[in-house]
Amino acid sequence: MSMRLPKQNGEWINRSKPVKFTFEGMSFEGFEGDTISSALWAGNEHILGRSFKYHRPRGVLSLANHDVNVMMTDTVDTNMRGDVVAVKAGMKLAAVNTEGGVKNDRNRYMDKLAKLLPVGFYYKAFHTPKSLFPFWENIIRKAAGLGVVNFNYPRILKRKTHRHCDLLVVGAGPAGLTAAIVAAQSGLEVVVADENAQAGGSLTYDRAGSPEPLSQLQELMAQVAQHPNITLITGAYAAGYYADHFVPIVRADGIVKVRARAVIVASGVFEQPPVFRNNDLPGVMLGSAAQRLIYRYAVKPFSSGVVVTANAHGYRVALDLLQAGIKVNAVVDLRADGESSALAAEVARKGVAIRKGSCVYEALPQSGNMGVRGVSVCAYDEKTAEADTANIETIECDGVAMCAGWAPAAALLYQAGTAMRYDGNVHQFVPERLPQGVFAAGKVNGVYKLEERMRDGARAVAEAMRHLGMDAPAVEVAAHSESSPSHPYPVVPHPNGKNFVDFDEDLQVKDFINAAKEGFDNIELMKRFTTVGMGPSQGKHSNMNAIRILARIRGVAPEKIGTTTARPFFHPTPIGHLGGRSFHPHRLTAMHAWHEAAGAVMSEGGVWVRPAYYAKPGMSAQDIVQDEAMSVRTAAGMIDASTLGKIEICGPDASHFLERFYTGSYGSQKVGEIRFALLLDEAGVVVDDGVAARIADDKFYVSTNTANAAAVYREMQRWLQKWQLNVWLINVTGAYAAMNLAGPNACRILSKLTSDDISEKALPASHFMEAKIAGVTARVLRVNFVADQAYEIHVPAPQARGVWEAIMEAGAQEGLRPFGTDAQRLLRLEMGNHLVSHDTDGLTNPFEIGAEWALRMGKPFFVGQRSLKIIAKRSVTKRLVPYVLDEGYSGEMPQECNLVINAAGEIKGRVTSIAYSRSAGRVIGFAYVDPADVAPGSRFQVRADSGAMVDATVVKTPFIKSSKGDQA
Amino acid sequence: MKLLKCPVNGVRPLSEFVFGGEVREMPDPNTCSDQEWAGYVHHRNGAPGMKKEWWYHGPSGTWFIAERDTMRDEVARTYLYGQEDKQ
Repeated sequence: MSMRLPKQNGEWINRSKPVKFTFEGMSFEGFEGDTISSALWAGNEHILGRSFKYHRPRGVLSLANHDVNVMMTDTVDTNMRGDVVAVKAGMKLAAVNTEGGVKNDRNRYMDKLAKLLPVGFYYKAFHTPKSLFPFWENIIRKAAGLGVVNFNYPRILKRKTHRHCDLLVVGAGPAGLTAAIVAAQSGLEVVVADENAQAGGSLTYDRAGSPEPLSQLQELMAQVAQHPNITLITGAYAAGYYADHFVPIVRADGIVKVRARAVIVASGVFEQPPVFRNNDLPGVMLGSAAQRLIYRYAVKPFSSGVVVTANAHGYRVALDLLQAGIKVNAVVDLRADGESSALAAEVARKGVAIRKGSCVYEALPQSGNMGVRGVSVCAYDEKTAEADTANIETIECDGVAMCAGWAPAAALLYQAGTAMRYDGNVHQFVPERLPQGVFAAGKVNGVYKLEERMRDGARAVAEAMRHLGMDAPAVEVAAHSESSPSHPYPVVPHPNGKNFVDFDEDLQVKDFINAAKEGFDNIELMKRFTTVGMGPSQGKHSNMNAIRILARIRGVAPEKIGTTTARPFFHPTPIGHLGGRSFHPHRLTAMHAWHEAAGAVMSEGGVWVRPAYYAKPGMSAQDIVQDEAMSVRTAAGMIDASTLGKIEICGPDASHFLERFYTGSYGSQKVGEIRFALLLDEAGVVVDDGVAARIADDKFYVSTNTANAAAVYREMQRWLQKWQLNVWLINVTGAYAAMNLAGPNACRILSKLTSDDISEKALPASHFMEAKIAGVTARVLRVNFVADQAYEIHVPAPQARGVWEAIMEAGAQEGLRPFGTDAQRLLRLEMGNHLVSHDTDGLTNPFEIGAEWALRMGKPFFVGQRSLKIIAKRSVTKRLVPYVLDEGYSGEMPQECNLVINAAGEIKGRVTSIAYSRSAGRVIGFAYVDPADVAPGSRFQVRADSGAMVDATVVKTPFIKSSKGDQA
Repeated sequence: MKLLKCPVNGVRPLSEFVFGGEVREMPDPNTCSDQEWAGYVHHRNGAPGMKKEWWYHGPSGTWFIAERDTMRDEVARTYLYGQEDKQ
């Protein structure tokens, strides 16, 4: 039997395009434009899923994207919402939360155990004995969660796009569409987003049997189509509100990140179920769901039904049902006075019995809860919320439409920081104080009458325009004067329960009463104890009733209970939508391609990618690093040093600036000299070191550590702004590439490429000169960081590759080979140079690393000086020392960060650097030790990872014999 | 993502900016006590309210001051250091 109706005006389905698919192994046919649920319902299939906890059969509830018991898998995707996902040809669908199929779910016995599974049961039952918990955990984990993740999920890139507009309207119902049109007419660029497949909101389904709403919708859509200023995005939900009107709009194929100057939230309301026994049976659905089935999909919700209501909407639904040729056996109205509007009279005129002051006491199930066979109706006292079963009677039906009220779809408003108040006129939370540039219109704003909703859209636009600094007319919206669209307490108690409040989590009224009895009578506590609103629908159909129930338990107004905050995302968003391409920036040096061709294994240093070492077939990384380092000691090596920070400090006050910024003395520095540049922060902590070359009276060339260039340059700029010196700073880190040619043959190699005199005599250590190297004007710095004979050659980046290759070629007969950062670390360690942020941390002061020599405490001022004066009064607690392990040591190798521990078992310091040096013939390193143990020859112990204590001896640096003949 | 107005470059996304901490007046290092100095270096007032903060626009290298209500995360105004009165 087909439930498909004849053509309905405005229907969303395309009857010329049939769509064949299967559900749980059975074949079905729907039309293009059908959702999975509507196509199945048309095929008279009512068991669409099983509930989460009790595995009760469930059908259509809302058809508004919160039918969370109707979740499907097509074997690729899981947890597809049947009520909104379009059905496609060839789909092979199955319900997710079953064992053995939706009809014969083997877990359906859970429903019979409901009495044994009160709320909070899990928290209490499985704590003791502890030894059994893993067993229970395994079972609970299997029961918890919905759907199975497919780990062979195809990698589909979901596009991220950006969009800017004057006004974003969330929701394309009558209020939202009117707002968009009015705003566009005023010249604003407008984006309208709606989660439904088509725009129109309530006009697409809530018609009270009249053709009027459809023609109103067509009129609005014609105007929208005319306006080039309006972009309408359907099938897309506004997923969250982020600062300064940034709203991600999620569509099936990706995310549009909208930055608006103002936002109007016209997101409408969610219909809320009245609470009575068996209100979850397939065939019992919200009134708006029945309307959606009829008008959007031309599907009969049922053949012979009952409307249970507590507002005017129930009567509108009754008229829609009658219009579709569905028998309405009764309208059961909880309110003693019923509905006074003309709608009630029209329903009565059509011969439908109206039962005022009555409730559906329970829906009567078909066997196995597979559907409805009738309802039992009795008197209901609104004040006490009690049913009087004295004159209970049964009305036969195969479906129930429920209309008891609404809850605002206000998630975005909450996220934006809106303060809400409970409006007793409409029994709904409405915005009280909105943040700047955010406006609400329509039902979410508590406005229900259609003309007023449209006017409310225009009013919101007028306010948005004033926010944007434009003139706008005053628009008045009339206060709500009809019966309340929501009932303050649509809850019918029943001794046998199964009167569901939360369909996600199968929560019944008694669960709330029990939670309150246990003391969880605050909404946040109750939420966590009962898990209300924590299912996939995030309380969209349950939070309002939960608040009402809790308010009644505590005897306070709903306003006093407050609401929980719905955080982003508004709706479950697949992880695939959030994953993106990596936008992590990398900087490559001018010689990068050469390194790659030479087999370099790259490592990252800050944002830079640079060679760690140059791989050689059949050799371990450790051996390669030792070889690379050894070539620097015995012949020559060259490293790409482009990653050094390079900053030019120019102007008449340049040396004065350096004196204030760094710890050393620069006023007396001669042109051509290089001095150490130690940078402290205001607390006296070592944050960077480099060198400063004076290249002219009014110009210095300063280097910083690799990862630090941006931060040092930034601090220079800040201090300069405060000091107001006549200096300008140029960050030439990227403009200049650098290479460090080191080793006994370095001078000879370089001399082949220049006619300038770069001999030891002409260019001694710590000196600078400009020289033409391979035809390129280069800044040549003698910095003995890795070796005594080392030349740092800085050239403009575009010419660097040529210079690098020329040097490599000139050195081919001199044993020159490239080395990477791993060898560099070893080489600088052999030279006894510590590395800032490797051998120091965020608390290290210069006294602890023996850098007193670099401090000119007599200067009038430098950054960190005042703090050093305080620190100097105290005794140092640890000192960095160079050490060696015993010759021939072959035990466990201590690691960096292993602790230095004294005989009493006290921690005295830690290892910061450690490496085997072939040149020194032993393991060398730096460690913090007790200040009493710093004399060369002092012994201390390091605790290795295994706990073994390793002896170490303090030595003098450098660790290796230098060209000048000193040795440790 | 938040937006911030650089006094030189106009309104830009927050990802282009670096926070530089609260603006604090440095006491005269020659005359202040150790305690005053330590207070200047180490103490921060975490109470929410209107704060003067350093912000840095990275792409253009512009330091400026933002007056921000840290309770509401709203920036009242921004200006270049020393140009407060010109606003």
